[in-house]
Amino acid sequence: MHYLFEPGLFASGPVRTALLVGAIVAVTSGVIGVFTVIRGQSFAGHSLADVATTGGSGAFLVGLNQFWGFLAAGIAAAALMEGIGVQRRRGRDVATGVVLGAALGAAALFLYLGTLHTSTTGASFTVLFGSIFVISPDTVPALIASGVIALVVVALLSRVLLLSSLSSDLARAKGVPVRIVGMVYLAALAVSVSLAAVAIGAVLSTALLIGPSATALRVAKSPGLAMAVSALTGVAATWIGIVLAYDSFYWPPLGHGWPVSFFVVALVLIGYLLTYVKRPRRLAPRSPHEGAECSPA
Amino acid sequence: MTNEAPQRVAAARSTQPDLLTLDDIGVRLGGRQVLSDVTFSLRKGEFTGIIGPNGAGKTTLLRVILGLLEPSSGQVLINGEPVDSKSKSAIGYVPQKLVIDPDMPLRARDVVGLGLDGHRLGFAFPSRQRRDQIEAALSDVGAAGYADARVGELSGGEQQRVLIAHALISRPKLLLLDEPLANLDLKSEQEIVAVLGRLAREQQIAILLSAHDMNPLLGVMDRIVYVANGGVASGSTDEVVTSEGLTKLYGHRVDVVRVQNRVLVVAGE
Repeated sequence: MHYLFEPGLFASGPVRTALLVGAIVAVTSGVIGVFTVIRGQSFAGHSLADVATTGGSGAFLVGLNQFWGFLAAGIAAAALMEGIGVQRRRGRDVATGVVLGAALGAAALFLYLGTLHTSTTGASFTVLFGSIFVISPDTVPALIASGVIALVVVALLSRVLLLSSLSSDLARAKGVPVRIVGMVYLAALAVSVSLAAVAIGAVLSTALLIGPSATALRVAKSPGLAMAVSALTGVAATWIGIVLAYDSFYWPPLGHGWPVSFFVVALVLIGYLLTYVKRPRRLAPRSPHEGAECSPA
Repeated sequence: MTNEAPQRVAAARSTQPDLLTLDDIGVRLGGRQVLSDVTFSLRKGEFTGIIGPNGAGKTTLLRVILGLLEPSSGQVLINGEPVDSKSKSAIGYVPQKLVIDPDMPLRARDVVGLGLDGHRLGFAFPSRQRRDQIEAALSDVGAAGYADARVGELSGGEQQRVLIAHALISRPKLLLLDEPLANLDLKSEQEIVAVLGRLAREQQIAILLSAHDMNPLLGVMDRIVYVANGGVASGSTDEVVTSEGLTKLYGHRVDVVRVQNRVLVVAGE
């Protein structure tokens, strides 16, 4: 693969686009991720990312921008998950696992066929691990608009989402249409996963969704603060990742930049681990599964 | 210990209209008749315990009153009218033991704030008035000391107080609590019962609380609704909790044994 760099980091068009899109993606993922973690829907986020991979690779095969593939597949998967009741009933994880396996299998086929077509492996890498330096400027308005819409929707639902995370019966007793709220939230999550897939790849999109929010939830006590810390952590990881990736052009192997996704995910992990170093001892015992659920890598 | 309450209730009952009435409620769940012929009523400021063994249908009964579950027969009336969304706002609810993750980014004051406007869209607009309301609700239950602590890091009894404040802040006339004493140590249990008794007395809130053990409530309970074997018996503790009455309700012989102001219900020979 190749990166088109001009001398001077911030003079570079692709770098500026990357910084802009990276910020939008990080803020959207960071804010929506807080609700994903407190609603215990990290797995749903991961499932959406798997299905988005199929959509992205399918879009690549037919010559569309992969964002539209990510988005269409993500929204369809969210509707399907709601339809078969993944959120509500236990015992559906086997069915979900089979469907996700099939989705990734289809993605493998699409990417293989696409490679035959264009005789390059760049597309597989772009779909799976992101393409923040090669985003075509004409998709930028769509990316920004999707992010803003998802953010506005989740901001509107924020209190209702918090109340139903506390207890869905409590929310229902207050007249909240819990099921519709869950559906709308899942759609916003699908948009956020699609955006993250564009930036750091479908496979790694969950890292940007869960990592910064897990970090924020360890340090911030109130919901507003948690969203702010999560968004800022995500933006910091993405921007520093972009700068390092640009710089890595001069690292060995000389003349080949390292993937941005690697830096972003590594920085997200470092941020999360830092909260364990600085944080004072807690009063309540922590649940044993928590680390596994929140680990970004 | 239980002598005063029935007289107070009897006097009050003659002059006050019913706040909540369950009229011949029947509930079917999954083709099985879970409850039938449930009839009782509650008045302002009365403390009522829904008592019965685990699985008897106490939670089901509360869910019917809250409108979360449609009864197969009968109706729930508030002030003599069928429940609508407006009269429903007169009900405060404390659900069965919540498992709140320590990482949940909600302080005690946030949880109470959600009781005020958690069903609305958008962010809460911070104001002096909102803050005062939240602090007043926390003080009412003696939880002002940990207003800024994360609710997931509080003890069971402290969480219970915060959830009661969450229910109280919308100024309900009726407070429903589902097993609020479960998993509490004895001291917290006594404290929660005292807080609830005070709310019933001072703020004239009708309290309907479910529990599998009636003993912690004997000092404050005006009336008892005993649930067993798909039916209920209601009245004062002395009227309801007798060997004859409960034997009839359970459908098999049970003995009621009173020891040092404690009541034990045991299977008969």
